[in-house]
Amino acid sequence: MNFLRRTVLATAAAMALAPAAGFAQETIKVGEINHYKRMAAFAEPYKMGIELALSEINEDGGVLGKDLEFIFRDDQGDPAEAVKIAEELMTRDGAVMLTGTILSHVGLALSSFAAEKGYLYLAAEPLADSLVWKSGNPYTFRLRASTWVQAAMLAEEAAKTDAIKYATIAPNYAYGQDAVEAFKENLKRLKPEVEFVAEQWPALFKIDAGAEVQAIERAKPDAIYNVTFGTDLAKLVREGGDRGLFDGRNVYGLLTGEPEYLEPLGDEAPEGWFVTGFPWYALEDGTPGKTFVDAYTEATGETPKIGSLVGYMTAQSIAAAIEAAGATDTEALVAAFEGLTIEDTPIGALTYREIDNQSTLGAWVGTTALEDGKGVMVDWEYKDPAPYMPSDEEITAMRPAE
Amino acid sequence: MAFFLAQFLTGLANAAALFLVASGLSLIFGVTRIVNFAHGSFYMLGAFIGIYLMEILPGAVGFWGAILLTGIAVGLIGAIVEMVVLRPIYRAPELFQLVATFGVILVIQDLALMIWGAEDRLGPRAPGLRGVWRIFGEPVPKYDIILIAITPFILFALWYLITKTRLGVLVRAATQDREMVGALGVNQAWLFTGVFALGSALAGWGGALQLPKGGADLLMDFNIIGAVFVVVVIGGMGSLPGAFIASVLISVLNVFGVTYLPQSTLVLMFVVMAVVLIIRPYGLLGREEVAGEHGQVGAPETPIRPYGPVGQALVAALLLGLALLPLFVDQFMLILTIDMVIFALFAASLHFILGSGGLVSFGHAAFFGGGAYAAALLVFHTDTPMELAFLFAPLAAGLLALGIGWFCIRLTGVYFAMLTLAFSQLVWSLAFQWRAVTRGDDGLVNIWPSDWLSGTETYYYFALILGVGGILFLRHVIHSPFGYALRAGRDSARQAEATGIDVKRVQFAAFALAGAMAGLAGGIFVFAKGSVFPTELEIAKSFDALIVVFLGGVKTLAGGVVGAGFMTVVEDWLTRLEYWRLLLGLVIIAVVIVMPEGIVGTLRTLWRRIRHTDEETV
Repeated sequence: MNFLRRTVLATAAAMALAPAAGFAQETIKVGEINHYKRMAAFAEPYKMGIELALSEINEDGGVLGKDLEFIFRDDQGDPAEAVKIAEELMTRDGAVMLTGTILSHVGLALSSFAAEKGYLYLAAEPLADSLVWKSGNPYTFRLRASTWVQAAMLAEEAAKTDAIKYATIAPNYAYGQDAVEAFKENLKRLKPEVEFVAEQWPALFKIDAGAEVQAIERAKPDAIYNVTFGTDLAKLVREGGDRGLFDGRNVYGLLTGEPEYLEPLGDEAPEGWFVTGFPWYALEDGTPGKTFVDAYTEATGETPKIGSLVGYMTAQSIAAAIEAAGATDTEALVAAFEGLTIEDTPIGALTYREIDNQSTLGAWVGTTALEDGKGVMVDWEYKDPAPYMPSDEEITAMRPAE
Repeated sequence: MAFFLAQFLTGLANAAALFLVASGLSLIFGVTRIVNFAHGSFYMLGAFIGIYLMEILPGAVGFWGAILLTGIAVGLIGAIVEMVVLRPIYRAPELFQLVATFGVILVIQDLALMIWGAEDRLGPRAPGLRGVWRIFGEPVPKYDIILIAITPFILFALWYLITKTRLGVLVRAATQDREMVGALGVNQAWLFTGVFALGSALAGWGGALQLPKGGADLLMDFNIIGAVFVVVVIGGMGSLPGAFIASVLISVLNVFGVTYLPQSTLVLMFVVMAVVLIIRPYGLLGREEVAGEHGQVGAPETPIRPYGPVGQALVAALLLGLALLPLFVDQFMLILTIDMVIFALFAASLHFILGSGGLVSFGHAAFFGGGAYAAALLVFHTDTPMELAFLFAPLAAGLLALGIGWFCIRLTGVYFAMLTLAFSQLVWSLAFQWRAVTRGDDGLVNIWPSDWLSGTETYYYFALILGVGGILFLRHVIHSPFGYALRAGRDSARQAEATGIDVKRVQFAAFALAGAMAGLAGGIFVFAKGSVFPTELEIAKSFDALIVVFLGGVKTLAGGVVGAGFMTVVEDWLTRLEYWRLLLGLVIIAVVIVMPEGIVGTLRTLWRRIRHTDEETV
């Protein structure tokens, strides 16, 4: 009973809120801002990942001898609202730093706000490259591997084939445009003779899949690069599958292998696509990743999404930074985050690079396949982001003078 | 040739679901005059209920049976919504009901999340209809052909219902003159309920029929509503054949747009709507609205007067309180108040043209966001000093309003509203897509005020002086000869013309002034937040303002301001809770039912009743 469980959880959460105020001085608070309603499918696993990490951290005695607590707030996916809530969290609720957001533009708004006001902001999920590069600032750190890195991993694989003519399809907004640009640039560097014969730009979550498939088919590409996700992806896969678009063509899918997007496709998941994703089901026993998956499944009764992992590692990163700083003022925390290394995350050691405040979290790449009526990634490997990053000089040149 | 045919078929198949949803909306509007924002929610319910039923009922019979049952179920839900939420407020001012339907959207969104969870659902395939047929060698999905075949039957069935049955006669009569239908002894209440249920059922069928091509998710209500309104307006509000032609037109154009102009996906339909409305102001098959045809429902309105001594003293006390606020409260309270002042000025500017001008704009965010963007672009690209860039915000927004107003002002009523919506979407897509200049949805960041203004307290006074100044200025304009001319044009365009007022020109000027004031609010906004994103130009932003104006009370002076304050505070409280959308939706519906004249309007009526004074002495 989904409804019943949710109601119980909501009531429990409401009751938990009440006494929290009384113990204000006994916890260290972190302000977490996200689009819990607008992007519920992505935000809920993320939140559960955080909660799992928090329970583990606090069982081990918390940070600096106090419990670590997250204050979760909903910004409705509106950057202006997020900035307002951030101010409240920092000045009224006693949060020591900010984290959260999935949508890149909200992340960019919070990042600019954090730099202006001198607050620390850890961007957990936003993928925009500019967050740590062109619009980077000393107060903003970012956990997830950015669009550029993930697209470069796919481009590397694409360059190995003899496909020359590519078609791209990406949602018509900044993320999609960045993703196509990054793929093109990386692929052309590796293989200058490729051409891009079609670029399709459906509106986000309003794809006209039949028409897009026809347009791509008309260009007769050798290979296709897909950036669509969520309901757009589902429609594209259906129409493309029915109309034979993917037959005999290599397809590269950015994020397509993430459980958030692959699972809802069920037995209609595409086969043979080369994708980035999160093959939680195939992690080996004894690895830290598997330990995380088991703990998460046990605690929540659900299988993990990539958001669960990001949430978990967000809370881990923050706890480690506070512990390393030995204090909770912003300057100490920023200093602690620079070059911070956390040994025991689900991917092993994780470092926040000093040069651009980006973490060293990489991405899993692999080929999609159907197993037991479900889409999975096979022949996958975890790739470190370092080889796919621009050079240190390029990054320093991109980042505004610190 | 075969490729064109295949594309055309894709367009026709896409038109099926769109036509079903749009015909429902058109029907509801035609009879009840309700602009039903919640129509997309019924479409979403149709998809979720359809999946649920298809899982229970097996096989082909089960599939088609599930679709049939879905429509009936959604129709029942529609009937309940109509009876509980809308029936009490039919006598409220025109378009007031759209606020209630907005509350319904919020409630349905959270209920759907509670019942079905957050994950996207893939729709089941139609049994036996997976795969393609080849037509001249081009693959065409089997289900597309079925959809293309079904649509004419639905159109025919609706046409038969409307033209050949007694119910249809009543519906048509009510569309033309509902007062007269009532006078002839037809029970209007049940007629309205029935039509609303039928319209909702059509939306539900639309949601269920598209399942084999898509699925169900929690964003689909908002994702379709724009397209549906465009179709209904292009076809002509209330016209079923019009809705059919328009949905085919939009769907087919979209398919060709995708192929030959792939970047056009965001705006194509709004461009088409703008062109159609400029050439045919009432849509393809719409009927010209005769002024006053549907009458002013409710009690005749008394002209708004300036506040008496009591009112003035209250306002002065409030202003004094705001001026002294920094002495008593913490920093966040100041920031919340800045937000409130910005929103109040934005709402007041909309209230000015809506209340005094009688012009309902669905695209007012174009000027708010336009002003914000104008200032931000100057700072971002040319490092213009903040003070100069700030002045540019109202100026640019005013100019934008002059440009948009020139096209829109010749239209009236809902068509005016929809044309402003189309233009605001064009402005939005410009900000969204012209990345070289606007950085797209990465937005313009680091737009902070000059050093002397950067303290929260200083900026508070800056916002307060300009915001309150703008609101008071608008209030003065309402009581100036210009304001009286504007109100005359609203109440009776013909009599106003006869007394020598150039109604359209007065409305044009008022529209530009309202745009400039919204731009001023946008200017204060961008330096308060330090960034601006295309979200400030979205339809949702326009509707935020519209809703608070109606909630506060259209036919009052302070409606916009009070509504904005009320909404900011309520939202700030409720968003802390898990199911805040459900609660906010219920609060909105409750306010609408209890206070059909808006908050200020109803309080004023109460006050008069308590004082036992007649209206002349207030």
